[in-house]
Amino acid sequence: MKSPIQSLVELVKDRDLRQKANKDTMSGAAPLKVPATFISCRKCGRRALHSRWEENYYICPHCGSYSPIGAYYRLKMLYDPGTFQELDQDMAVKDPLDFPEYREKAESQAKKTGLKEAVVSSKGKIGGIPVVVLVLDSRFFMGSMSQAVGEKVTRGIEVADKEQCPLIIFSASGGARMQEGIYSLMQMAKTSAAVELFSEHGGLFISYLTHPTTGGVTASFATLGDITLAEPGALIGFAGPRVIEQTINSKLPKGFQKSEYLESHGFVDKIVERKDMRETLIQLLKLHQKA
Amino acid sequence: MIKEVLEKTDALEEKIQALLAEEEKTEEIKVLQEEKKKLLDSCKDLEPGDRVFLARHPRRPHVEDFVSALFTDFFEQKGDHLYDEDRSIYGGIARFHGRPVTVLGHRKGRTVEENLSCNFGMTCPEGYRKAKRIMEQAEKFDRPIITFVDTPGAYPGLEAEQHGQGEAIAKNLAFMSSLHVPVIAVVTGEGSSGGALGICVANKILMLENAIYSVLSPEGFATILWKDSSRAAEAAKVMKLTAKDLKEANVADEVVPESLGGAQDDPESLYKALDQVLEKTLAYYDGMSRHEIRKDRLSKFRNI
Repeated sequence: MKSPIQSLVELVKDRDLRQKANKDTMSGAAPLKVPATFISCRKCGRRALHSRWEENYYICPHCGSYSPIGAYYRLKMLYDPGTFQELDQDMAVKDPLDFPEYREKAESQAKKTGLKEAVVSSKGKIGGIPVVVLVLDSRFFMGSMSQAVGEKVTRGIEVADKEQCPLIIFSASGGARMQEGIYSLMQMAKTSAAVELFSEHGGLFISYLTHPTTGGVTASFATLGDITLAEPGALIGFAGPRVIEQTINSKLPKGFQKSEYLESHGFVDKIVERKDMRETLIQLLKLHQKA
Repeated sequence: MIKEVLEKTDALEEKIQALLAEEEKTEEIKVLQEEKKKLLDSCKDLEPGDRVFLARHPRRPHVEDFVSALFTDFFEQKGDHLYDEDRSIYGGIARFHGRPVTVLGHRKGRTVEENLSCNFGMTCPEGYRKAKRIMEQAEKFDRPIITFVDTPGAYPGLEAEQHGQGEAIAKNLAFMSSLHVPVIAVVTGEGSSGGALGICVANKILMLENAIYSVLSPEGFATILWKDSSRAAEAAKVMKLTAKDLKEANVADEVVPESLGGAQDDPESLYKALDQVLEKTLAYYDGMSRHEIRKDRLSKFRNI
């Protein structure tokens, strides 16, 4: 059993993560003010007490649809207490094209979300096993791939490679960061090359797809996992549904590009409910532990 | 701007050709040729939007033209050997200055039927898997790979999604990063989005002077950022998608010059210039070990 002192030490160590996670909780479901007493579902519109949402892992207690959760909140759900360590936390948006109004927009998004870029990199322990976990956050420029995101993801993969520990990436992305043009595109090659090297060295990569995973992220590291997991009902694809409808000039079938659709078409190993996320990861990590 | 100029020069050229058939019209021809030259000279400084127009010019040399002009002994390889033959990727084995190489590229087709059968150069997962299959053999038999990039983007269709468009491109990116043979990519027309990158993870990226390479087509870019596809020319300006811009950004390694007004009317001089650059670039890798060749490519992308 844990001693009270140990618990206290963990509490102190996690203070930063806890604060950030609290700030995170429902800000994905903007325009809500956090903390709010009542929160209404973006899908069905019905309201429930915030505490009920929280107990339910931010899945609507009425209709069961998944609300996006912030990166820190997810990390708090995942890690063993007192083990979280953030990596590259000061790496912020670069502006390689000197794109009009981009810096201003980045600053206002940073202020709103408390994030510096669309990915949070970290290492720590899950079920006692050291891991690197990267979480893309859709609140920041729709989780789009920028030069800094590509660099952070690549560095995260390199840390896992160097420390020979499993890598878990939670994807959530609208695709490329338009404001960074070709630099955004190049991050697809950079991150894929890093995954390839990591894989050649025998590293385990669990790719966890959350709503939405599209575009350049789908067409790079997100689909290169040894194990691919997905949250229920997440939109996962390369092209967006609207673009496809315009191309084929007809409506898409119901459930097209949803996690369940991808699972039945052979691209996802398992759809995992949020409440089972940690346990499923621990099972997989243990299965890959060297004797 | 270039569009209007080319309309005029095309009309002049038609007149010249008609006069060539007749005798004793040399003076008249000379005058027309002067006029044509003057028109072309007026567009030495092309706007990015003009380059976009030239990159998509219907008479611009395509992958089949490059293959027949620069290579000998071409043997076409078809199909992904899994499910389908995607004609938007054209490739196989050939000789370049006598040495066996693997060559492949996006195929758009010239006539309407060809355009349709090649899906206008928009590749499906089967095409990326076909490209990968061809490149796997290049690795096995130690052949350098030369790719020709010219696509409006990967195909955003229902089956393409169902068959794993994202996965197919991602696998190519990872695989190409692992190759131990030199990969030279030539962006010949429009290199748009992940659809272009899927065959463009190369040691050296050459760009034809009027080619473009970008995260998305200018139309798509304008739609996403400004919800207005008619602002494509403006988008082209801020995207930095011309060969010159990309050379400055260290994405392109070399720019291959085209004749004034675009390569479509003078492909021979382009073939000659490209042949020289390709030969020089391949020679650069001759002394390198397989390991060094891979490292060279990895460091190019690691530092972007």
